[in-house]
Amino acid sequence: MPPAHIELAALRKVYPARGGDVVALDGIDLAVARGAIHGIVGRSGAGKSTLIRCLTVLERPTSGTVTVDGEVLSDLSEARLRSARRRIGMVFQHVNLLDSRTIAANVAYPLEVAGMPRERRAARVAELLELVGLAGRGDAYPAQLSGGQKQRVGIARALATEPAVLLCDEPTSALDSATTRQILGLIRDLRDRLGITVLIITHEMAVVREICDSVSLLEHGRVVETGPVGDVVAVYGSRLARELIPVPELPLDDARSLVEVAYTTDDVATQDVLGAVAALGDGVEIAAGTIETLAGRRVGRLQLDVPAGDVDAALTRLRAAGVHAEVTR
Amino acid sequence: MTWWDDVLADPVIREKVPQATLETLQMVGVASLLTLVLGLPLGVLLHTTSAGGLTPQRAVSAVTGFVVNIGRSLPFVILMIAVLPFTRWVVGTTLGWQAAVVPLTLGAVPFFARLVESALREVSPGKVEAARVMGSTRRKILGSVLVREALPAIVAAATVTVIALVSFSAMAGVIGGGGLGALAISYGYQRFNTPVMIACVVLILVVVQAVQIVGDALTRRLDHR
Repeated sequence: MPPAHIELAALRKVYPARGGDVVALDGIDLAVARGAIHGIVGRSGAGKSTLIRCLTVLERPTSGTVTVDGEVLSDLSEARLRSARRRIGMVFQHVNLLDSRTIAANVAYPLEVAGMPRERRAARVAELLELVGLAGRGDAYPAQLSGGQKQRVGIARALATEPAVLLCDEPTSALDSATTRQILGLIRDLRDRLGITVLIITHEMAVVREICDSVSLLEHGRVVETGPVGDVVAVYGSRLARELIPVPELPLDDARSLVEVAYTTDDVATQDVLGAVAALGDGVEIAAGTIETLAGRRVGRLQLDVPAGDVDAALTRLRAAGVHAEVTR
Repeated sequence: MTWWDDVLADPVIREKVPQATLETLQMVGVASLLTLVLGLPLGVLLHTTSAGGLTPQRAVSAVTGFVVNIGRSLPFVILMIAVLPFTRWVVGTTLGWQAAVVPLTLGAVPFFARLVESALREVSPGKVEAARVMGSTRRKILGSVLVREALPAIVAAATVTVIALVSFSAMAGVIGGGGLGALAISYGYQRFNTPVMIACVVLILVVVQAVQIVGDALTRRLDHR
C-alpha cells in the first residue's frame, strides 16, 4: 500500500464541560491513500463535524496527530498553519460563498490570501471555472446561481491553490438527487484528472455508493467499521453492509420470523441461491430482496419469511449452500 | 396681498429659515461623519471581542459593552447638558451648531456601534470559517468577509443613525445649538408663527426623506443577495 496521504493517529478531542468531559473523538486512526476517495459516515452527533474541524486544525486535537501530505498539521503554530491550510481545499454543505463578491472574485479569494499577483489571478480563475463547468459565469453573483452551481463554485474555490487534498463536509446534503449525482460525478472526475485525495464526510450512503473507494463508519467518536467499499459490503451483517445494500423495509407488525440471506457472486451465483431457497419448501417465501453491483462486486441480500418451526432447518440448509444466513426477527 | 405673499415676505421665513436649514445640515453632516468614523470601529470591537467573535476578549467586551450601554441609556436632553463642560473644552463655546456636534456625536456613536455589532453578527459563521480554512489572517477576515459582507446592513444602520441625528439636532436647538429645531421652538412655538413652524417641519421632513432615499439606494447597490 502506498504511504497514506491523510493520516490520523490516536486522535482525541475532549471538550471540558460542567458535569463531566464530553469526548467527541475517542482515538481515531485513519489512513487515506493518495488519490483515493474516502467516505466517513455516521449519524449526527457521531463526531463527524469535530473530525473535520480537527483535520483542518480549526480546533486543536486534545491528543493524537493529523498528518496531511507529509506534514504534521497538529504540531504547527497558527502562522505556519495558515500557509499549510492552502494545501487543503475544503467544500462545505452550505458552500459559504461571499454574497458581496462575484463568482470570479469568490474563486479568486484564496489566491488573494495566498498572495498571487492580480494579473495571474484572472487567468487562474477562468481556468478553474472552466474546470467545474461554469466558464463565462464569472460576473454573476452567488444569488443568481442554483444550489448545484453554487457548489461548483465552492469546488472551484477549494481547488484554487492546487491543494493536495480535498475535504468535503456534507457536500451534497443540501442538494436534490439529480444535482447530487452531478456534483459527485464532478468530484470523481477531478480526482481522476488532478490525482487529488478526497475525504468526504456525509450521512448519505448514496454518496459512498456513488464515488467512495473506501469508507469508515464513525460512532460515538470511534471508527467502528472501515475498509474498501468492495470489502465492507462482503462483511455480512455489518452496519455498513446493511446500509450500503439496503433491503426494502417490511411492515413492523408482521409476526413471522425473518431469515436474512447475504452473499456475493464471487462465492455463489444468484441462481444457486434462489435454488437453495426454493428447495426449502412451500412455507418459505422471499419477502424482500436486493441485488446490486458495488465497487465491482455483485452483492445480494434477501429477507426470507420462514414459518417459526422451520427456522433452524432453513439456516442449516442455507449455510450448507454457501451463503450467509441469520435470523433478523 | 394674499396670505401666501405675507408668508413669503416674512423676514423670519426669508432669512432665518434658510440660515437654520444650513445650520441643521452642517450640524447633522459633521456629527454623522464623526459618528460613522468612531462608531464603526467601536461596533467592530464589540463584535470581535464578544464570545463568538474573531478574537474573544471577555474583559474588553464587558467594559466596552458597559460604556456603550451608559451612552445608550442616557436621555439625549440630559446627555446634552451633562457634557457641556466637555463641549466647551473641545469647541471653546457651548453655543452654535459647532458646539451641538459634540453631544450629537456622543449620543449617536453608541447607538450606531450597537447597530454595526448586530449587522456583523448576521454574517454567517460559515463564511468566516471558510475564510479561515483558506488561510486568511484575522485582519483579512475582518475586512474582506465580516465588514464587507455586512456592508449593506451597515449602510442601512448608518441611514437610521443619520435620521436619528436629524431628530436629535432639533433637540440640540433647545440649548442654543441653532438649526431648524431651535427656529421652530423660538418662532413657531413661543411666538405662535405657524408658517415658520410648518416650514421647519417640512424642511426637516425633506432632509429625512432625502437621507432615507440615498441610504436605501446605496444599500440596494451593495446588496447582491
